[in-house]
Amino acid sequence: MILFLEQGLNGLQFGLMLFLLAAGLTLVFGIMDMINLAHGSLYMIGAYLAALILGSTGSFLLAVAGSLAGTAVLGMLLEISVLRRLYSRDHLSQVLATFALLLIANESMRILFGSQALTLNPPAVLSGPVELAPGFFYPAYRLLIIGVGLAVALLLYLLVSRTRIGMLVRAGASNREMALAMGVNVRALFTAVFGFGAALCALAGAMLGPLLAVEVGMGEGILILAFVVIVIGGIGSIRGALAGAVIVGVVDTLGRTLLPMSLRTVLPPTVAGNLGPSLASILIYVLMAAVLFWRPQGLFPARG
Amino acid sequence: MHRHMIRLALTLTFPLALTLALALPGAARVHAAERIRIGFLSTLSGPSAALGLDIRDGFALAMQQNGGKLGGLPAELVLGDDQQNADTGKQLVERLLKKERVDLVTGIVFTNVMLAVAPAVFEAQTFLISANSTPLQYSGEGCNPFFFSTSWQNDAVHEAAGRFASDKGYDRLVLIAPNYPAGKDAMNGFKRFFKGAVIDEIYTRLGQLDYAAELAQVRAAKPKAVYIFLPGGMGVNFIKQYHAAGLNRSTVLVGPGFSADEDVIKAVGEPMIGMFNTAQWAHDLDNAQNRRFVADFRRQYGRTPTMYASQGYDAALLIDGAVREVKGRIEDKAALRRALEAANFESVRGEFRFNVNHVPIQHYYLRQVVKGADGTLTNRLVSTVLAAHGDAYATACRMR
Repeated sequence: MILFLEQGLNGLQFGLMLFLLAAGLTLVFGIMDMINLAHGSLYMIGAYLAALILGSTGSFLLAVAGSLAGTAVLGMLLEISVLRRLYSRDHLSQVLATFALLLIANESMRILFGSQALTLNPPAVLSGPVELAPGFFYPAYRLLIIGVGLAVALLLYLLVSRTRIGMLVRAGASNREMALAMGVNVRALFTAVFGFGAALCALAGAMLGPLLAVEVGMGEGILILAFVVIVIGGIGSIRGALAGAVIVGVVDTLGRTLLPMSLRTVLPPTVAGNLGPSLASILIYVLMAAVLFWRPQGLFPARG
Repeated sequence: MHRHMIRLALTLTFPLALTLALALPGAARVHAAERIRIGFLSTLSGPSAALGLDIRDGFALAMQQNGGKLGGLPAELVLGDDQQNADTGKQLVERLLKKERVDLVTGIVFTNVMLAVAPAVFEAQTFLISANSTPLQYSGEGCNPFFFSTSWQNDAVHEAAGRFASDKGYDRLVLIAPNYPAGKDAMNGFKRFFKGAVIDEIYTRLGQLDYAAELAQVRAAKPKAVYIFLPGGMGVNFIKQYHAAGLNRSTVLVGPGFSADEDVIKAVGEPMIGMFNTAQWAHDLDNAQNRRFVADFRRQYGRTPTMYASQGYDAALLIDGAVREVKGRIEDKAALRRALEAANFESVRGEFRFNVNHVPIQHYYLRQVVKGADGTLTNRLVSTVLAAHGDAYATACRMR
């Protein structure tokens, strides 16, 4: 029982971090119709900034704040200088151009900081476990991640559904041409959305840095998962991104434990040990294929 | 939409191939008999880069102590970074053998890379001096005259750990290893010498960094001890998360030397204190060569060497001794092979001799992480676990 509870929390924690990446990605994709492969690079840059600021100031809070602000500014500069020119191009040009950005970001980080991973440690007070129920310990830092993820989800919900800028974002996502025709200042809106997406990336990078490793190329693997999330959730939909992210997080985490465990009851342990992890890792892609088959527009489509 | 995904997948794999094609620094292509070119293919980037860098630094230190020479020949290292990826390694080794025309290949850290590149090296009749990975594929029936190991058979360090865990009376154990050939070698080795019950064996993805799911499984299984074979960045993250989850309060963590070496200790810090681990070498092993190696390594690089560094150092010394013995005539493969087999050099682990399968017969020690007199954390030699230990596969080797 405790195993399921703990795995559920782990899945939620992973899912919420995926949500931070997927939220920015789905907005950029949904509103600007732009495929941005460099989204993962912003996540990497956020993590590097956090590691650097933590290294020089020693304050985790300052590191997260600095990384958020720095990455948001960088994202906006990127939008104004490069990405803006790509909106009118077809998707292949966008993929090629943003892929070039990804390579440039990776190599710049390698040149600046070397190819060894930087360490980013969580604050000392959060490095131990918390006893949630008698005999059930859970890492304090992962609880913080869950809290931050939920807070951001709530904030985003309020922002999108209750504010004027949120209304513009929703209008853009559901019918871009009409929003343009109604005189929405899309240039400024796009830049703001992009900067906001970059800040969410940086938050994910800074929060996950202590659990993973701050290294060149850290953004690629998680970017693929973020794309899976927005395909499952429906492009342009924040609600879809949240649902998709939590589903992917939980399926991935539970699959990694339960599949090998259940396989072991019918197969010898060496075969189960081989088969289980491989099956578990394709599970989320099977899920994505199923969603594409039965609901190609995603679980919560933004466009009517 | 799914078309985007396919494009995405394609575009993500394409550049990888591209970056590795550029990863190898172009070096002068002169191939003269008066010099020796070493193809150093290793894991030099990513979370496990520390391993390859330590082998390289150990190797380079031996060259430097020799005035840049190996066996009297001016030596040159041609570096290649396999990024812990078998396909990358395969492409790089083709380049090292065909374009750079290296005389020897060394430096490989991970067994998935080793298994991918070794056939090409053997095919080219080039000596492959492994300073780390030594899989069963080249230790038993598949032993090869061109393969030499200055480390250990993949199972052996874990056999020592299995013996130690049995002696300690850890009768209920969970084993964790990456799902790749050396991970399975490790578990087999451990189980060969462990007498208690293995209640669970968990295989993770190679290079996995988040172990939340596995830690929950360990907690549910309630073992007396956990044995991990998670080299490099994997081990660093696992041990940190193990302590963050509070598992250290109920369960003992045991590992091979790789999971508690100086690189891991430096990255993890205090939680490492007290951890037992097994290795074929220790930095406080008492012999003249080792004292010189450790002192010079610390002076040169400002850190304490790891097992990996000692293995890289010994690889350079082995080549040095053999090339000197053939008086620099490295084209005479038969003579060079005999010279390598003789292993005429002073190893940092004391006496050094090869088994029939070109893998060392050696002692395996127990080490423990302690706080040194100066307050820094480091390993201390405790006792000998297995003396003059060969490996389980050598008897099956009929060396041609």
